[in-house]
Amino acid sequence: MRDGSGFRDGAGAPPQPASGAVSAVEVRGVDKVFETRTGQVQALDAIDLTVAAGEFVSLIGPSGCGKSTLMRLIADLDDPSSGTLTVFGKTARHARLDQEYGIAFQSAGLLPWRTVAGNVALPLELHGAPSAARSARVAELLDMVGLTDFADRYPDQLSGGMQQRVAIARSLAEQPRLLLMDEPFGALDEMTREKMQSDLVRISAETGAAVVFVTHSIPEAVFLSDRVVVMSPRPGRIREIVPMRLGADAKRAARTDELREERAFFDMVTAVREALHGGAPVGTGPRGMETR
Amino acid sequence: MSATAAPTGTNRLARPTRMGPRTETTLRIVAPIAVGLIVLGTWQFLVSVVGVSDYLLPSPASIIEEFIAYWPSIAQAMLITGTNALLGLLVGSILGILVAAVAARWRPIDQMSAPVVASLAVIPIVALAPVLNSMFGADSQFGRQAIAALASFVPVFINTLRGFRQTAPVHRDLMRASAASSGQVLRTLTLPTARPFILTGIRIASSLAVISALVAEYFGGPRGGLGGLISTSAASSAYARAWAYVLASIALGLLFYLATLALDRLLERRPRERRRT
Repeated sequence: MRDGSGFRDGAGAPPQPASGAVSAVEVRGVDKVFETRTGQVQALDAIDLTVAAGEFVSLIGPSGCGKSTLMRLIADLDDPSSGTLTVFGKTARHARLDQEYGIAFQSAGLLPWRTVAGNVALPLELHGAPSAARSARVAELLDMVGLTDFADRYPDQLSGGMQQRVAIARSLAEQPRLLLMDEPFGALDEMTREKMQSDLVRISAETGAAVVFVTHSIPEAVFLSDRVVVMSPRPGRIREIVPMRLGADAKRAARTDELREERAFFDMVTAVREALHGGAPVGTGPRGMETR
Repeated sequence: MSATAAPTGTNRLARPTRMGPRTETTLRIVAPIAVGLIVLGTWQFLVSVVGVSDYLLPSPASIIEEFIAYWPSIAQAMLITGTNALLGLLVGSILGILVAAVAARWRPIDQMSAPVVASLAVIPIVALAPVLNSMFGADSQFGRQAIAALASFVPVFINTLRGFRQTAPVHRDLMRASAASSGQVLRTLTLPTARPFILTGIRIASSLAVISALVAEYFGGPRGGLGGLISTSAASSAYARAWAYVLASIALGLLFYLATLALDRLLERRPRERRRT
C-alpha cells in the first residue's frame, strides 16, 4: 500500500523494484463479450497492445469499436472475457487497488457538494493521506491546472473546461505512472479543447506518466500521441497502430501550437484517416481522399 | 394558502418597479400577513355584522378568547400530542432510512419489502387506531405513537430508497477506480447523494406524524391530547373552544414542518449566497 504522501520525482526512480523495464500496460489476446437480452455482443476481439512507461497512446475509432471498453478493462472497471491484461506487471485488479493509475472520464464526474479543492483531495482522502500533506498536494495540483483561485468554488460555478481540468487534477492526485482518459475533452468547444490539449501535453511531460487516451478526434490524437491505435467496430479490433512521426526528434515537449499548422502534422492526420476509413496501408499516396 | 400566495404577489409587484432585495424581503413577509388579516377581517365581518350564527361559525375574536382562557389545557394538549408525533416521526424516520438502506443494498429484500410498504401506505389510521388502542390498553399512548411512526415510515422509506439509487455511474466508476471501500462509498457518495431525498421524506413525514397522532386520539385511549379535546369540545357544543384547539393543532403541525425545514437548511452544508457569485 502506498501512503499517498510520498511525492514521486517525475520520470526518476519509481518505488517498485524492477518496474523501470516493465511496460505500463500489456494486453494479450483480450476478448470482451457482453451478454445482452438479444444475445451476445462481441465488444473486443483478440486485442494485443503494449503501452511503454511514459508513452502517450491514443485509442481512436468509430462509436462501438470498443475503445472505451478497452480502457475500462485496463482500469479494472470491467473484466475481460478472456486473455490477460497487466498494468506495470500486476493484474489490473491489483494495479487498481495499488492506485497505479489515475482516471478521467468524458463527463468530469465531480461531486457537486464538494468544492474544487475537496474534489481534488478526494482520492487522497480515500487513501488516508494526512491532512497537511493533502492540502499541500491539492495546492500543487490546482497550480498545475491553473485553478488556484477557484479552490473554494463549487463545480456548478465552473465552465465545462474548468471542470475537466479539476477532474484531471484529481486523476493526478496520487502521482500515477499511468493516466487513463476517456474522451475527456469530448464535450468542450474547439478553442477550449486546443488549450486543454496543450495543457495535457505539458502536464504529461511534467509528470512523466504514460497516458491511454480515448478520443473521436483525429487531430487531437495526432497532436497528443506517440502512437495512435486505430480500431474498427463489430467486433472491436485493432486495425492498425500508427506511430506519430512529427518533426525530427519527435519530442513531446515540441508539441506546441505551431505544430498544428505544420506539414508533418497533416501527413499524420491523413495517415490516421486512411487507417480509419479504408484500412489502407500508410504511405501509399493520396488515396485517402476518395473515402469522403 | 398564504405561503404560496406570497411569491406570486411579490413577483407581480416586483416586475414593473424593480425593487431592491430589502423591499422584496419585506414584501415577502408583509404579503402573507396582509392576506391573513383580510381573511380574518372578512370572517369577523360575516359573524358580527352580517350575523352568521355563532354555533355555525364562531368569530375569530371569540376563538382567540377561548384560546387564551384555555391556554394551560391547550399547552398541555400540544405537549401530549406533540410528544406522540415526535416519537413517531423519529422512530418512523430511522426505521425508514435503515430499511431503505438494506433494500438498496440487497435486491431480494427490496422485492420482499415492496408489497409490505405498499400495504402500509394505504392503511387507514381510522381503521388501525381502535385496534391498537384495544391492543395496548386504554391508558397507553403507545398505539398513537405507533400510528405516527407508521405514517412517517412510508414517505421516508420511499424517498430514501430513491435517493440511494441516484448515484451517477461516473461517480461509482470513480469510487471503484479509487479503490474505495464500501463504507467509504456510503459516506462520501451514497449518503450525500441521497441526503436531499431523505430530508424531503422527513419533511413530508413531519406533517403526517402530527396529523396521524391527532386523528388517532379520536378513537379512545387516554384523554388530554388535542384530537381528543377537539372532539369533546365539539360534542359539548363549545364550538369556539373546539376551534381554539384546531388552531393549536395547526400551530403544532407548522412547528413540526418548520423544524424539519430548519434541519434541511442546517444540513445543506453549502451556504446559499455562494450559489449566486
